[in-house]
Amino acid sequence: MRRTLSMIRIAAVAATLPTLAGAQIVAITGGTVYPVSGPKIENGTVLIRDGKIAAVGSNVVIPEGARRIDARGKWVTPGLIHALTSLGLSEGGSPEFSGGYSDGRARGGDGIAATFDAWRGINPANTFIAPTRQEGVTSVGVIGGGGMIGGRTALIDLVEATSASAMLRKAPTAMLGGFGEPSAGTGARDEYWDKWRRLLDDVKAYQTRRAAYETGSTRTFETTQANLEALVPVVMGQLPLMLDVDRASDILAALEFATQYNLKLWLANASEGWMVAKEIAAAKVPVFIGAMSDIPTTFDALGQRRENAALLRAAGATVVLIGIGTSGGTDFNVRNIRQEAGNAVAYGLSWDEALRAVTLAPAEVMGVAGSVGSLQVGRDANVVVWSGDPFEFSTTAEHVLIQGRTFDTKSRQQQLTERYLTLPPSYRRP
Amino acid sequence: MQSLRPLLTLTLAGLAALPSPVLRAQAAPAAAKPTPAPSAGAISRPNADPFPSSYQPFPSRPTVLRNVNIYTAAGPLIRNGAVLLRDGKIAAIGATVDVPVGALVIDGGGKFVTPGLIDTHSHLGVYPAPGTAAHQDGNEATAPVTAHVWAEHSVWPQDPQFPRNLAGGTTTIQVLPGSANLIGGRSVTLKVVPSRSVQGMKFPGAPYGMKMACGENPKRVYASRGPSTRMGNVAGYRAAWIGAEAYRRRWDAWLANPTGDPPARDLGNETLAEVLRGNILVHNHCYQADEMMQMVDVAKEFGYTIRSFHHGVEAYKIADVLARENISASIWSDWGGFKMESLDGIKANVGLTHVAGARTIVHSDDPSYASRLNQEASKSLAAARTAGLNIPAEEAIKWITINAAWALGIDRQVGSLEVGKNADVVLWSGDPFSVYTRTEKVWVDGALLFDRADASQRWRTDFELGYVPTAGGIR
Repeated sequence: MRRTLSMIRIAAVAATLPTLAGAQIVAITGGTVYPVSGPKIENGTVLIRDGKIAAVGSNVVIPEGARRIDARGKWVTPGLIHALTSLGLSEGGSPEFSGGYSDGRARGGDGIAATFDAWRGINPANTFIAPTRQEGVTSVGVIGGGGMIGGRTALIDLVEATSASAMLRKAPTAMLGGFGEPSAGTGARDEYWDKWRRLLDDVKAYQTRRAAYETGSTRTFETTQANLEALVPVVMGQLPLMLDVDRASDILAALEFATQYNLKLWLANASEGWMVAKEIAAAKVPVFIGAMSDIPTTFDALGQRRENAALLRAAGATVVLIGIGTSGGTDFNVRNIRQEAGNAVAYGLSWDEALRAVTLAPAEVMGVAGSVGSLQVGRDANVVVWSGDPFEFSTTAEHVLIQGRTFDTKSRQQQLTERYLTLPPSYRRP
Repeated sequence: MQSLRPLLTLTLAGLAALPSPVLRAQAAPAAAKPTPAPSAGAISRPNADPFPSSYQPFPSRPTVLRNVNIYTAAGPLIRNGAVLLRDGKIAAIGATVDVPVGALVIDGGGKFVTPGLIDTHSHLGVYPAPGTAAHQDGNEATAPVTAHVWAEHSVWPQDPQFPRNLAGGTTTIQVLPGSANLIGGRSVTLKVVPSRSVQGMKFPGAPYGMKMACGENPKRVYASRGPSTRMGNVAGYRAAWIGAEAYRRRWDAWLANPTGDPPARDLGNETLAEVLRGNILVHNHCYQADEMMQMVDVAKEFGYTIRSFHHGVEAYKIADVLARENISASIWSDWGGFKMESLDGIKANVGLTHVAGARTIVHSDDPSYASRLNQEASKSLAAARTAGLNIPAEEAIKWITINAAWALGIDRQVGSLEVGKNADVVLWSGDPFSVYTRTEKVWVDGALLFDRADASQRWRTDFELGYVPTAGGIR
């Protein structure tokens, strides 16, 4: 499996090369640069060559012929990463918008869709992608769903492309686990965990006895060979398992389960995480959480509060901010991740930590910090020049570079806006 | 609303003609005697109020906020100004105010003050948290026209979302039935205050609203029995209004001359007749521009007015028409793309609608959004500026205050900080258009009901006791 994916990665890189033909140099000059990996640099320059960051600092020599972006008075940050979206998988929430498919949700068998790679269903022409990019989000995690195991998650760059693979930055990033009776096909908490234990016991047995399995001389396993194979990296502790749990006691159960099986665990939502923050931090388990809800939306999330991110961070946990409170239920507003970050600050997270939680922290957690998430030499040039503080509503992303490239295509939303700036509209394209 | 005066007079006359309950109790039902007069419950009376507000303002003391920047929603920002809250009202506002003896004086230190925020589209109490099947009380989805239901009869005052809205500075909300039905029933305007009953939250004197819904929701819900199409939707509204108009004429005739048996009372037609008389305000869920234009014509056909289109993701396409027809637009800052009829949602919707002269409102339809309406307005303001529309913040504050108050028919009482109006006031930690700003204190009718600095006085609903942990982690 991994070989296949690395081949795709190579293909993705190859696909981007033609547009980068010829050494292109971009110099973003004079801005306040927030590398995230280090302290901010006043009057700094970010030099980009062939889509990579070639230099960052206050004394950077700018080569002849470089395209200059004057960032005086502006803020320069890494492109934002929203780690948990289904961007590109749905245009209007209905299968009718996508040829009858719900690309974010696999049916699986017995609630197990371990081989499902949702990212392959991304429509690069999805109209929400451009508005997301225009507000400074350069990479998004794409997750599917579909049951107790909802498939493998991925990270994509929001480049203009004609294929999903041309957007891919890393796949897989994690295996997605569901929680709760409807998704897991179980009726009680212990039945759920027991199903996991039996499943992972099967995977371990399969992993050590592949040859015997092929000749039919193992005991019967509860799921398909494809699922068993896909779960091997999970029991090896190589591919993280993402579980979506809210109740404090369920979080502890998840931590215990992960310890028992030596799993690399990620926690999503974790509404009551602040109540067991020490345990989460001690287990070195990252949390993917929002910062904008204090509503006890379910009996499992009674302790939900806006200070969750700040309290978890204060306890030493790795916090990745995701836009739960701002999505309006769709990927229309993946762009609002910066509002989530600003609210996290309002409720106790430091500004630097909030920026990290939407840049370097998700990059580190997903194992791509060597290429994105910070402004350092050698990283891919996913860079945003903001008119001011990126979390403020009044701030706009004036230049968004992804792998050193900018994209000027007007979004559908922009075209509608321009058409109706005068009423009645002329119906003539600008 | 001026034209309603004769009807109100007539109502009072009708009341005077009714026998007292005592007399009715004495009247024995005997065949030989004259037919007893109808009980009050048999009369379909304009402006009847069978579930009257029992709201009483909470105890307050004269309070002066000084050294504050005030978005009044009635004019320019007052920098370093002051406001006096006394006896539940705004007693003075300006650069300085006289401080009465014994008044509490709060030095804002350059912080900001706004009117209490108003949400025209809430489902608090009818879709409470936690979301359980037992509390899905917002849609009487049993028939396409359920004008007979009243949202207030579904409101659970212990919904923990109420204190969270208040903590966000939202002091008045309109709770609407859902959008499953063509005509979903009456809304109710509530003060966001603790109470044992919904009556104790009802905004005194607020007119009722009535929910209507266009488009995909009704035809999806009733696909098997009809309406299953948009043309079926419109036929459904018209059929309802035809029946209501006949009902109104029958009753108005009887009320003018209340002799003999009254006509049969019908709760649904009663609400619809009140719309036709102008006593109930129509709140029409409608996404698409073309459908809103059709609803304008339906309203004209039957002689009622639409007070506000709700959601209106395409309001920007017909903003000039909304301005001309004096219909407000209750719209989201940035929702769209979640179904076919919302595909044309744009972030500049609020700004474009505003500059066309229509009364524009940023609404929530979401308990979380309703606890930060200031941020929603701020996003709309920023999107307007990105689109090249230069709208001052003093105007944008109206989207979540006075314009919303107008849509609910309570703009004489609340929605702006002017002398004589109710002292619904929010003190913010900074400019409310900043993402970093939080509410610090919230007053309703001059009473301090939320104070971020004093967790011990925090309103906790009955539900929360033993369930929802406090900041200290104690359940």
